[in-house]
Amino acid sequence: MINNDDLMAEIKKFRGKAIAIPTMTGSRGWLDSSEQPSRDVSVGGAMGKASNFAMGLALAQPDTKVVCFDGDGSLNMNLGTMMTIAGAKPKNLIHFVLNNGYFSVTGGQPIAAADEANFSQMAAGAGYAASYEFDNIEDFAGKVEEIFTAEGPIFVHIHSVPEIQNEPIGRRTRDPRNRSTNDAIKDLRKELGTL
Amino acid sequence: MQYIKYINNKVGKQNKCIYLLALEKHFYYIVSTVAILLNGEVLMTEQQAMLSPLTILDKIKENNVTHVIYLPDSETNHLFIAMEEDPNIEVITVGREAETMAIAAGVIVGGKIPVCLVQNTGMMESGDSIRGLGLDCNLPIVMIIGYRGWTRWGITPDSAARLTEPTLNAWGIQYYLVEHDGDADRITLAFQTAAATQKPVAVLVGDEYHGFNRMNLDEERKIIKEG
Repeated sequence: MINNDDLMAEIKKFRGKAIAIPTMTGSRGWLDSSEQPSRDVSVGGAMGKASNFAMGLALAQPDTKVVCFDGDGSLNMNLGTMMTIAGAKPKNLIHFVLNNGYFSVTGGQPIAAADEANFSQMAAGAGYAASYEFDNIEDFAGKVEEIFTAEGPIFVHIHSVPEIQNEPIGRRTRDPRNRSTNDAIKDLRKELGTL
Repeated sequence: MQYIKYINNKVGKQNKCIYLLALEKHFYYIVSTVAILLNGEVLMTEQQAMLSPLTILDKIKENNVTHVIYLPDSETNHLFIAMEEDPNIEVITVGREAETMAIAAGVIVGGKIPVCLVQNTGMMESGDSIRGLGLDCNLPIVMIIGYRGWTRWGITPDSAARLTEPTLNAWGIQYYLVEHDGDADRITLAFQTAAATQKPVAVLVGDEYHGFNRMNLDEERKIIKEG
């Protein structure tokens, strides 16, 4: 199992000017790690579409690396995205899934087929240029440079430590660094000069 | 053809008109002015002109679209072939319509111009993505929507058609109806509206080339009789 903070610390070393599109558990981990918030868009509540958003961005900005941090529940909601991405072949897209087996942000209910399904095999079968799977940080640290330099689309399946949130969403205090998707999109468009 | 023969036999010459339209060397469409009959009397005619797939493509290009994000339906294949042959447009096929909206959102943020091409059923399937990304994030996503079930005469058995405009109205999304080539400028208007409002805008394609309003005449008569 890989701790989210350790994972993000390794990724940060190779980020460069990559645009990051986290969602759900990925948003929490990335928020603590990122030093370029104007190049981050946390796509919250997208019902599994963060990877599609990242793919569209990657196609429109082909010279910029785009990294999506998907959740396992999110990806399960929209498994067809794998075939869409494989078909569109964005060479600059890296699609991570942080698989902890649970709907972490809704209290820790199990994901369907969490013990049976394998996302990295699905991605390979869908036709990603490469698909990786890691369950310890040392192995990931040894491959992260390759992941960031290879031609995509790349899929990376991370077995991550669950970080369950039990507080109802209405009672949670919003981290001020965690801008709304609308505000984050505005900031990124300003950064890219596309507003 | 049986349908057209039936009309030709029942309707005076002034009401019948058959067009043969060649679209490229291998595309031929037969379009007729169709009369709705009841007891031998002409009640009204359906649309008298058609919307060419190439007209839609011209408007897409005129508005500098770079990415067409698309889930096929059975009647848009000719448009798909024409788009695929155009080197200036990237055609992206998805597995489910809601993906089109999220991909379009990313394309817009990345500085390019997308259009989503889906059927009205797919628009409804895309609801949460239209809400969460298009509306909440102020993104000018233009959706060209096949108006399945559209009829011009007020009796609409297909719930996909009956619920299309109420759904768009509920979402507060501006829309334009395009039935034939003469309406094609409304596609440009949709792009202009989306850019001005920074909101999603829909173009509803209610046209026979989509085939959505080709009902069986016997069914139409039955519906009229049953009120």
